[in-house]
Amino acid sequence: MPNSDHIVASFDRDLEGIQAQIMRMGGLVEDAIAKATQALELRDVELAREVRAGDKAIDALEEMVNDEAARIIAQRQPIARDLRTVLTVFRVSTNLERIGDYAKNIAKRTETIIDQPPVNGTGASLRRMARQVELMLKDALDAYIQRDAGLAADVRARDIDVDQMYSALFREYLTFMMEDPRNITTCMHLHFMAKNIERMGDHVTSIAEQVIYLVTGDLPDEDRPKQDRTPHDAGVTK
Amino acid sequence: MNDMRLTERDVNTKEIKIEARQVQVFYGTTHALKDVDVEIEDKTVTAFIGPSGCGKSTFLRCLNRMNDTIDVCRVQGDILLDGEDIYDKRVDPVQLRAKVGMVFQKPNPFPKSIYDNVAYGPKIHGLARTKVELDEVVESSLRRAALWNEVKDRLDAPGTGLSGGQQQRLCIARAVATSPEVLLMDEPCSALDPIATAQVEELIDELRQSYSVVIVTHSMQQAARVSQKTAFFHLGNLVEFGETSKIFTNPEDPRTESYITGRIG
Repeated sequence: MPNSDHIVASFDRDLEGIQAQIMRMGGLVEDAIAKATQALELRDVELAREVRAGDKAIDALEEMVNDEAARIIAQRQPIARDLRTVLTVFRVSTNLERIGDYAKNIAKRTETIIDQPPVNGTGASLRRMARQVELMLKDALDAYIQRDAGLAADVRARDIDVDQMYSALFREYLTFMMEDPRNITTCMHLHFMAKNIERMGDHVTSIAEQVIYLVTGDLPDEDRPKQDRTPHDAGVTK
Repeated sequence: MNDMRLTERDVNTKEIKIEARQVQVFYGTTHALKDVDVEIEDKTVTAFIGPSGCGKSTFLRCLNRMNDTIDVCRVQGDILLDGEDIYDKRVDPVQLRAKVGMVFQKPNPFPKSIYDNVAYGPKIHGLARTKVELDEVVESSLRRAALWNEVKDRLDAPGTGLSGGQQQRLCIARAVATSPEVLLMDEPCSALDPIATAQVEELIDELRQSYSVVIVTHSMQQAARVSQKTAFFHLGNLVEFGETSKIFTNPEDPRTESYITGRIG
């Protein structure tokens, strides 16, 4: 691959600029995931508020990145690799913004259920699941910056673990709710949090796919293994 | 995929109009084109791109033997139009150029009336027997070049009095008047404003329905917009030839990528 610079140096600075903003967004989003689940586990309302407030910065960055990318298209008419770079920036920024929204939603729900009696051990398993997504996101962003399609494919394959964790939690919450109706409020919220994290995993997978597109020019085929069986689950068998 | 635009991919016939095999061109001792193999399809726009001096115009000029007029120029290899060698001794270059028309970078209308500019080719090639027939050819050619409505009331006015964009469309009308099978265009829009450029591009798209069009352009966006096939020339070599959509989104050769993205190759 030709790695030399553009003849017009400001074009290079433009492209580096939007990608640097993506990385900044990525950092904030990783942080939001970690803090949101930490707030839940530690029942830390201050931390949850911080996450909610922090989402504004992520949204603002997304807007900035999109404006900048649109300006680059208008001014430079990027083609080939440059075009893929700009297109990828658009999509990745959208994915990151959505992940940020899910983290914010987790924080909101944490504030709601903080006064309810805790349901055994659930904070920790959500935290594990979120940790998995956070690591996937970190690797997806590393793959992005290093143009590493192999690492991106690896991230894509790991989403199956998140799906499995979600399925397990889904059944666990069902059981808790059936055992004691007083758990329903909390478990409903916990379930939405788990679903949020599962959706985050899908957005991370989408980022990984964008990296593959950026590097190879082709999106991977849609043959990714999926393990979220909950759409078919009617209930719990005892 | 033949076209960048998903909706307009149906015209391609896959019939080979021009086939070039092992074409070499020398200007004196300078080896200007090296081993060029290319197949140009009928009813398709093929764009030649590449830096100045890469040989793309030289190759274009081989296709209707315009290089014959340059004494020091030697052409080797085969160029077949519908399977027949255009460099065969029996081929009359003047007849060939009626079949393979050309439009140049700068509009170059004859210092004659608009009518005579278009009528000249059909007259010398005997394509119209009567004045009525000639009138018809002139009108249909001007219509094809999207110029008729602008000039129909002043066909006797000098062609050189038209605007640059109109002059270029007049030259295109002149080129299509002899009913060519192939139209060669050497940077036809480089001297035109964006509106005239858009009109010529629209015209190229129309002409593609009936002709094979080969266009040399320095505008990457233009090549991406008007062509279905793109050939990238570099230092006298044909580096990459393929679907335009592929060349402009994911070219194979690093030299192609460097050139089209404006990198230091």
